[in-house]
Amino acid sequence: MPKDHGIGASDKRREDVRFLTGAGHYTDDIKHYGATTAVFCRSTVAHGVIKSIDTSEAEGMPGVLAIFTGADFADVGGNPAGWLINSRDGTPMKEPKRPVLAHGKVRHVGDAYAAVIAETELQARNAAEAIVAEIEELPAIVDMAAALAGDAFVHDEIETNQCFDWGWIEDNRAATDAAIKAAPHVTTLELVNNRLVPNAMEPRCSIGNYDAGNDSYVLQTTSQNPHLTRLLISAFVMGIPENKLTVIAPDVGGGFGSKIYHYGEEALVLAAARKIGRPVKWTADRTEAFLTDAHGRDHVTKIELACEKDGTFIAFRTETMANVGAYLSNFSTATPTFLHGTLMAGNYTVPNVYVNVKAVFTNTAPVDAYRGAGRPEATYSIERVIDKAARELGIDPIEIRRKNFVKPDQYPFVSAAGLEYDSGNYDALMDTLEKHIDRKGFEARRKESEAKGMLRGLGLNAYIEACGIAPSNLVGVLGSRVGLYDAATVRVNATGNLSVMVGAHSHGQGHETVFPQIVGEMLGIDPQSIDIVHGDTSKIPFGMGTYGSRSLAVCGSAMVRATEKIIAKAKKIAAHMLEASADDVDFKDGQFTVKGTDKSVSFGEVALKAYIPHNFPLEDIEPGLEETAFYDPANFTYPSGAYACEVEVDPDTGKVRVDRFVAVDDFGNIMNPMIVTGQVHGGLGQGIGQALLEGARYDDDGQLLSASYMDYTMPRADDLPFYTVDHANGTPCTHNPLGVKGCGEAGAIGSPPTIVNAVVDALQSAGKNVTHIDMPLTPLRVWDAMQNA
Amino acid sequence: MYAFEIERPNTIADAVKALQSDGAQALGGGQTLIPTLKARLAAPEVLVSLTGIGEMQGVCLSDDGALCVGAGTTHATVASEAAAHFPGLAELASHIGDPAVRNRGTLGGSLANNDPAACYPAAVLGTGATIITNTRQIAADDYFQGMFTTALEEGEVITEVRFPIPQKSHYMKFVQPASRFALVGVFVAQYADGVRVAVTGASEEGVFRWHDAEKALAADFSDKALDSLSVPADNMIGDLHGSPAYRAHLVKVMTGRAVKAA
Ligand SMILES: Cc1cc2nc3c(=O)[nH]c(=O)nc-3n(C[C@H](O)[C@H](O)[C@H](O)COP(=O)(O)OP(=O)(O)OC[C@H]3O[C@@H](n4cnc5c(N)ncnc54)[C@H](O)[C@@H]3O)c2cc1C
Repeated sequence: MPKDHGIGASDKRREDVRFLTGAGHYTDDIKHYGATTAVFCRSTVAHGVIKSIDTSEAEGMPGVLAIFTGADFADVGGNPAGWLINSRDGTPMKEPKRPVLAHGKVRHVGDAYAAVIAETELQARNAAEAIVAEIEELPAIVDMAAALAGDAFVHDEIETNQCFDWGWIEDNRAATDAAIKAAPHVTTLELVNNRLVPNAMEPRCSIGNYDAGNDSYVLQTTSQNPHLTRLLISAFVMGIPENKLTVIAPDVGGGFGSKIYHYGEEALVLAAARKIGRPVKWTADRTEAFLTDAHGRDHVTKIELACEKDGTFIAFRTETMANVGAYLSNFSTATPTFLHGTLMAGNYTVPNVYVNVKAVFTNTAPVDAYRGAGRPEATYSIERVIDKAARELGIDPIEIRRKNFVKPDQYPFVSAAGLEYDSGNYDALMDTLEKHIDRKGFEARRKESEAKGMLRGLGLNAYIEACGIAPSNLVGVLGSRVGLYDAATVRVNATGNLSVMVGAHSHGQGHETVFPQIVGEMLGIDPQSIDIVHGDTSKIPFGMGTYGSRSLAVCGSAMVRATEKIIAKAKKIAAHMLEASADDVDFKDGQFTVKGTDKSVSFGEVALKAYIPHNFPLEDIEPGLEETAFYDPANFTYPSGAYACEVEVDPDTGKVRVDRFVAVDDFGNIMNPMIVTGQVHGGLGQGIGQALLEGARYDDDGQLLSASYMDYTMPRADDLPFYTVDHANGTPCTHNPLGVKGCGEAGAIGSPPTIVNAVVDALQSAGKNVTHIDMPLTPLRVWDAMQNA
Repeated sequence: MYAFEIERPNTIADAVKALQSDGAQALGGGQTLIPTLKARLAAPEVLVSLTGIGEMQGVCLSDDGALCVGAGTTHATVASEAAAHFPGLAELASHIGDPAVRNRGTLGGSLANNDPAACYPAAVLGTGATIITNTRQIAADDYFQGMFTTALEEGEVITEVRFPIPQKSHYMKFVQPASRFALVGVFVAQYADGVRVAVTGASEEGVFRWHDAEKALAADFSDKALDSLSVPADNMIGDLHGSPAYRAHLVKVMTGRAVKAA
């Protein structure tokens, strides 16, 4: 029975009221008295030496207040990478400085080398155009293989374009090689995981404010991660003490990863605000978003699957080149390594796994985590090569997966890639999937399609991913330079309503609805009397940000712990009020009752007592009712799923239509089914977008060919089918208090291989020997593949 | 954008006069021009808006049975008002861009711009329509002179287009996935005295007539009539979304589908 409120109820998203009625407050909506505008001068070439920058004409133009170039930031720090990755030979990765403004060289189209602050945007743009930069163009380094082989470098000081050469698990390399050599069957697949532009609806925007009175700063910015931004600006880039810097991320219009990171524009508006003593705002236009938001994916991979003739897996071996672009963005070194390599055993009991990742600098925009971050790349490689192997061996694609699944009695299961999966039931997911897909009817549907001149294909997939990042001890060993706990403060106000300060920022995930459902249920009070406060470092104890589907599993757990502390203290107060011992007081449905009596007080009465402590045992209990908890998870969480889709391919044009899509997921316990379904829908849209439509493409000169919506294809409603989504029967996570796993990225992880498997199946049904097509499967690519088959 | 002045004349004569000033440019629905201005790719000093000119609005039938469309008429209006007389044209207009584009963008703006991937040029060339300006009448076959190039003179304003109404017609558009302009669009029109086939989106030279298909279809108006024909890939556009060979192939596929649907 679905409940009407509390845990497990599909409460409507309360934040939608303000978003849908135009009452939201995004950064660009914020108007400060005396505000000025920053505009950046950005490189139009991918690679070049800055010979000179002449700002003299611009300085005299109307409204111009200040001009900055790279030289102004030569002495401040660089924006660092958050993870230190060591190469196979033990040497640390190469970490060239990422300056606030390019200095000496420009390294990608869109790299900012100067900024103008003026009274109005028009004046700033006019002046920016009048700045004359003499940039001696160098050949662009775009292709990763060429970058590794060549002797021209994106960063001359490191004398290589290789950031690191990482092996996982290096000790398993020899055994994996030997197993593959001896195997009766080896399937090899070379594939590209296409580069994507995140395309948040709201472009990045930052406002810097400086208060000369107490030498402090406020940065309002489009961030998924305000505390990390504060930490990076304080400790690495500008040296502003954390107590002198407040970072506020108000309503944020989508991030998908791209707003996790600190960007140079944020440092610039702070420096500029200090210099001119007025607020400075910068708002990206859409072209800047395309050129400078951290992109996603961009792996070139060779994967081999060794198996027995009966389909039993023996080994996965993967070699990947991962593009990091021109500079290391904050998570760029973790994404292709620990969020990718560690998942390369998939849902399977395969005994040997080895992954080699070479990260490569190129003259392209920085690449970092984007919805799924590493796990889509892992799932895509594994599930595509399994599909190819099944076809080669003549084994049914569901059977080959089932044969190798980790079985329910094997948990906790340590995979050959080193992770300990705590719970799951992949066969049960596949059973549910099979119930939804009417596989028996497929042949009839295929015939119907053929009668219309269309080819129909069925694609299947199983995935596992790792969320709830992450145990600080573990990630510390793996190279993380931060801890990955989260924090929450539950403040019970005197009149019994609550403000809950949480470290996880909400920008589409629905925290403002779901978190009160949980606290409300725990306290037996109406969730409407609880508000979530997030996105302001001056109000919240700490936070490590919203990404990696971690908000509920990590920050939600902190909130549960803090609420438990509230209950413990409230019980003591209630015991005093009821003249009983705290051990004899029960708490249920918002009432404190003395066992075996009808004496009780309500939660609200206790709250009031805490703040009006007349007749209060002040020697034992402090007044007030507010508790904070930090929660550091014991392990990652491991959502998993089984997906299927059917596509129709028009053989005359190569156009693919997704006819139906079924997503069966194990997210553990579900707090709000409607919101989870919405998260899956969004993820599927992005995953289908990656598979069929989206692709950032640079030409040999490093120009982004797909730099606007005229050439970069976003999924639209009519590109997507109606989905069947089922997450009703999850296996609870065993190590967090809510038993939750995380649902924000699954759709984007599980769907790309499902789609590509289906298209290959469709083409094979027409006798075309097509075993692989690189994403996006545009009509052109599908048609080309058919011509060449 | 750069700063500019705006004029809003109510008559063609006033518009023509306003356009004589230095740095003046006509503004139709702004669906091409405004994005160009926003990207700072053009810096007109004066924009002369044509949307307030009553003489340039609307759809009607002429005495000789042609469909007359005012050059200031929006795509949305053509989609609704041409439907009864010339469904092939109305259908084309109803698939240009999205509702916002169709409610602002105009026939005259589309033809003056002559984007090689625009839809209207296929209908105008595919019907042998007449483009009427403030100074003259131009036959479709003389009007389109390559990508973004037309027979218009500086300051010349398109006021109306006269479309001979075909017995049967259809526009088949294969969309470029991102922009949803035509990757290849084919307008096929059958008249008592022959068939016209015009192709947009495909060629480096802009919209063109596929004469071989016209002949074959005049003899037999069925997709089968195209079987033995092929379109050479030379001069076809090659970009992210379509190679020359792919576009050439699509010309034939879309022509066949247009004939079937006509
Ligand atoms: C998102 C989007 C999608 C689109 N999709 C399509 C599509 O699928 N198919 C398609 O064909 N088009 C498409 N378009 C283009 C759209 O149809 C435009 O409306 C059209 O190309 C220009 O018409 P306009 O009235 O907006 O002209 P404007 O943008 O105002 O002007 C364009 C040019 O024409 C000149 N001009 C305008 N009117 C006249 C006139 N009467 N006489 C002389 N010169 C004039 C202007 O000076 C300017 O140089 C799309 C546009 C957008 C923004």
